[in-house]
Amino acid sequence: MKEPIMQLENIRTYFYSRAGLFKTVTVKAVDGVSLTINRGETVAVVGESGSGKTTLGKTSLKLIPLYSGRIIFNNQDITDYKGNLKWFRKQAQIVFQDPFMALNPFMSIKDILEEPLIIHKIEAPEERLEIISKALEEVRLTPPEEFLLKFPHMLSGGQRQRVVIARALVLEPIYVVADEPVSMIDASSRAEILYLLNEIQQRHKMGILYITHDLATTKYFSNYIAVMYAGKIVEYGPIKEVLENPLHPYTVALLNAVPDPDPSNRFHFREVIPGEPPSPVNPPSGCRFHPRCPKRFEPCDKNEPKLKEIKNGHYVACFLY
Amino acid sequence: MPLLEVKNLTLFYKTVRGVVKAVNKVSFDLSRGEALGIVGESGCGKSSTVNAIMRLLPTNIAEYNGTLYLDGVNLMEMSDDEIRKKIRWKRISMIFQGAMNALNPVLKVGFQAAEPLIVHEDVSKKEAIERVREVFKDVGIPPEYVDRYPHELSGGQKQRVVIAMSLVMSPDIIILDEPTSALDVSIQAQIMNLLKQLKKEKNISMIFITHDIALASDLCDRLAVMYAGEIVELGTAEDILLNPKHPYSEKLIASVPRLREDRPVEFIPGAPPDLVNPPSGCKFYPRCHKRIDRCDKDVPPYFMVNGRRVKCWLYESYGERRKS
Repeated sequence: MKEPIMQLENIRTYFYSRAGLFKTVTVKAVDGVSLTINRGETVAVVGESGSGKTTLGKTSLKLIPLYSGRIIFNNQDITDYKGNLKWFRKQAQIVFQDPFMALNPFMSIKDILEEPLIIHKIEAPEERLEIISKALEEVRLTPPEEFLLKFPHMLSGGQRQRVVIARALVLEPIYVVADEPVSMIDASSRAEILYLLNEIQQRHKMGILYITHDLATTKYFSNYIAVMYAGKIVEYGPIKEVLENPLHPYTVALLNAVPDPDPSNRFHFREVIPGEPPSPVNPPSGCRFHPRCPKRFEPCDKNEPKLKEIKNGHYVACFLY
Repeated sequence: MPLLEVKNLTLFYKTVRGVVKAVNKVSFDLSRGEALGIVGESGCGKSSTVNAIMRLLPTNIAEYNGTLYLDGVNLMEMSDDEIRKKIRWKRISMIFQGAMNALNPVLKVGFQAAEPLIVHEDVSKKEAIERVREVFKDVGIPPEYVDRYPHELSGGQKQRVVIAMSLVMSPDIIILDEPTSALDVSIQAQIMNLLKQLKKEKNISMIFITHDIALASDLCDRLAVMYAGEIVELGTAEDILLNPKHPYSEKLIASVPRLREDRPVEFIPGAPPDLVNPPSGCKFYPRCHKRIDRCDKDVPPYFMVNGRRVKCWLYESYGERRKS
């Protein structure tokens, strides 16, 4: 039985940007995205910078107001929830990208991990220490006593990111947005952090929205993948299915662009798509990918393709299908 | 004779905590038309190595020595002035990490790309920009873009301008320090294709610095794996990528997730050592899964294993690399 923890329905997030003295322009960062994250499952959202993936994650946490759409958290519609969101913040957390900026340099690891417990008035001070120690053990910063009084600058990048994860987990959230959690980490430690996150997820049955530009890691650490381009999902499906049978020309191009470590790579040119992602202020008409698409035809620049199920659970927004 | 020969290049920095042994007796050579990849994690000394080659040094140097032969001429014997006038841009040019964001926003990109020519050669501004137009064609930018400002170009185009700048003096060697790390994957693939094409058509030698081994495989003929300021393994791309010998290279390559192959992705527990107080013996032994008795006591020399160099005691039976 799938237990949806976060249901995003037709989310639109618009920003208003000044352009000149009297003019404002609308930046459609996320433009009609629906996505469901189930308990114990990871949905990877991949896309290039400016595709709206981080905005989508932050919108789902109500860190950014949305323009339209519905956010349903744990079967409760919180779109227009006006009251104090503290209860929601406790259950929905975020792991930030940069462990060098996400930790206050003046706070010890103990203070960093204790702050959320204090804010949410959890347990008496004596018992908090126990929770913190347990969280440190979960992210394998052991023995915990050795880390409690350290400051962020005394830790390596990988260790800091584990503190960031521990901080997100002390409140035992059921939904976590992991925004590029390993892009600032050394290659040799990335898998370690992702395995760790995966393990903790299984233990606590969390739903994770894994935001990344790194397609290769999604293969190992997610159940579903949503490919975003210029504020829209262009392809969605079970991870294996999408990576093995990509349908959208953009997904195909993205997969072609990522090299595996193979010495024969240097003897041939990589198939690339021309141009660069469009500006979200003025996206192209019709399919937003059409100006770069090698397979575009008649309707692509006029009509916008809708996400359509091609086979069990594999959706694509492209007129080819 | 190799085009560039680096022998025992050493660069230590003075800091309040002590001496940081950033580059410790690094040796390699580079032939004409060859691309050498220097791969390793952050802080392993790969950028310091190329900065030491270009003599782009900070003031807190504790030690800087070794020999650098470019076409048989020892660069270490040249004065700073000679390096600036005769070597940089002319013989060896460099593209820095995020260089596209270092373009001056108030100058036209054509002028910026022409600046090395104007400074180093006795050409007029007009002539220099004419030559930049030609180079712009080579790197895939319309020649009329010489009159544009950086903000009028996209990230990928700006990176192409920087590449044009590095090519404008027709150097023998281009050093590329993470040239695509600030770019999106689709643009990264475009730039890698461009570099491949330049290497092929112009027979330029390249030193490609990256933390991304998969990306290095896209360009490099040989690879040097660096760890804690030292090259631990150096060999052909085939040898290193398909059959790594040093336990660090082995684990580093196994930690790369692969899209087209089903194999588990691994990781190396622990973190790289502090270069102020590196471990005795082999610097990798605290994290090594194959360590033996002597690893923590004796520093391993380079052993020659079927044409490649490995700094690991496991290969002692192969015999030490001849000191030259």
